[in-house]
Amino acid sequence: MRLTLSNLAIDRGERRLIEGLSLETKAGDHIALRGPNGSGKTSLLRALAGLLRPAGGAITLSLSGEEIDPGDRGGFVHLLGHRDGLKGPLDALSHVRFWQRLLGGSAGDCRTALTRVGLEKVADLPARALSAGQSRRLALARLIAAPRPIWLLDEPAAALDTAGKALLDELITAHCAAGGITFAATHEPLGASATQILDLTS
Amino acid sequence: MNMAQAIAAVFRRDIALAWAAGGGAAAPLGFFAGGVAMVPLAVGPDRATLQLIGPPLLWVMAALAALLVLERLFQADLEDGSLDQLLLSSAPLELLVAVKGLALWLAIGGPLTLAAAPLAITLQAPLTATPAIIASMAIGFAGFVFLGLTGAAVAAGVRRGGVLIALLVLPFFAPVIIFGAAAAQAAVAGTNFWPPLALLSGISLAGLALGPIGAAAALRLQAS
Repeated sequence: MRLTLSNLAIDRGERRLIEGLSLETKAGDHIALRGPNGSGKTSLLRALAGLLRPAGGAITLSLSGEEIDPGDRGGFVHLLGHRDGLKGPLDALSHVRFWQRLLGGSAGDCRTALTRVGLEKVADLPARALSAGQSRRLALARLIAAPRPIWLLDEPAAALDTAGKALLDELITAHCAAGGITFAATHEPLGASATQILDLTS
Repeated sequence: MNMAQAIAAVFRRDIALAWAAGGGAAAPLGFFAGGVAMVPLAVGPDRATLQLIGPPLLWVMAALAALLVLERLFQADLEDGSLDQLLLSSAPLELLVAVKGLALWLAIGGPLTLAAAPLAITLQAPLTATPAIIASMAIGFAGFVFLGLTGAAVAAGVRRGGVLIALLVLPFFAPVIIFGAAAAQAAVAGTNFWPPLALLSGISLAGLALGPIGAAAALRLQAS
């Protein structure tokens, strides 16, 4: 697997946030995105997910030598954004089930995914009763329940406690060791060591 | 296989959300039933008058109830980040949007359609007219939902999008109201209601075919 950015330009509103960005990544890479607020970290992640159309340049994903159509790239990525995508009235377990089916997960056990993120005790609680940190953990369960090769994480450690951050590091390390690619936009460096650092300052 | 699974998951989730505590189904239903029930109180019990204005009023209230639910249909998904996940599914967004419309039609249009029968009777419609009223309401509410999808998607990113959605969507509601009310009026008068009902079906099917495409395009813009 290869994910290549060539001469990428991204606009937000009328402003050019990113220009001339080129990067080669391959299976197993963990890329840390750095940069001050408003430097385009979120926009870059959304562009990588295929949600935001780049103003110039190209993003190419190839799996086992075969180039993926840019319109299909969304099917290979996980995007963990600022908002966890939770519905207040539905319980934690039904969220995991929903994501697994929506995002094409294998028939793995959803309770196992919840246990992995430490939410087995609140599986039947409605999402509105979860704390911010628990909500973020629930969103992390999505990454486990529906395996996808590319993880795009936007401030993934936000709201997580120390144990949650350790869990996040473990998940990223395991994902990259299994041949995945992780992009993580963070202010504080994560425990999982990045293979590349991409600084968007300037 | 994966795609069918994704579509079924969205359908089930939207049905569950519509009827969950604090979900959206009760409010439009209460609005519709309460609004229609007010009419005989305001107009008085005169049979001929109620028979004349009853069917059109049912349709106007159904259209307003549809507006009420359309407003939140995509807005909630955009606000809580669920829309991103829908976009990242390998199932086409057009299909997922159509399924959301279908779930809305069943979860809210279903009870509303059933409520239309007793409400029509309080408006002095003869019992024989109720099957046609129910049928036209079921078909017409689908028209409201699918013709309104695009407007709902455009207005989703706007705070207090209620006014915008009314402006965008009501023109598309006009043909549904015209032929829906015509079918109901014909049923109450005991004349042939099939021609307006057939036209109504055609309009609703056109909405089903085109609405999800427009809505998906608008949602992609909202997400970028």
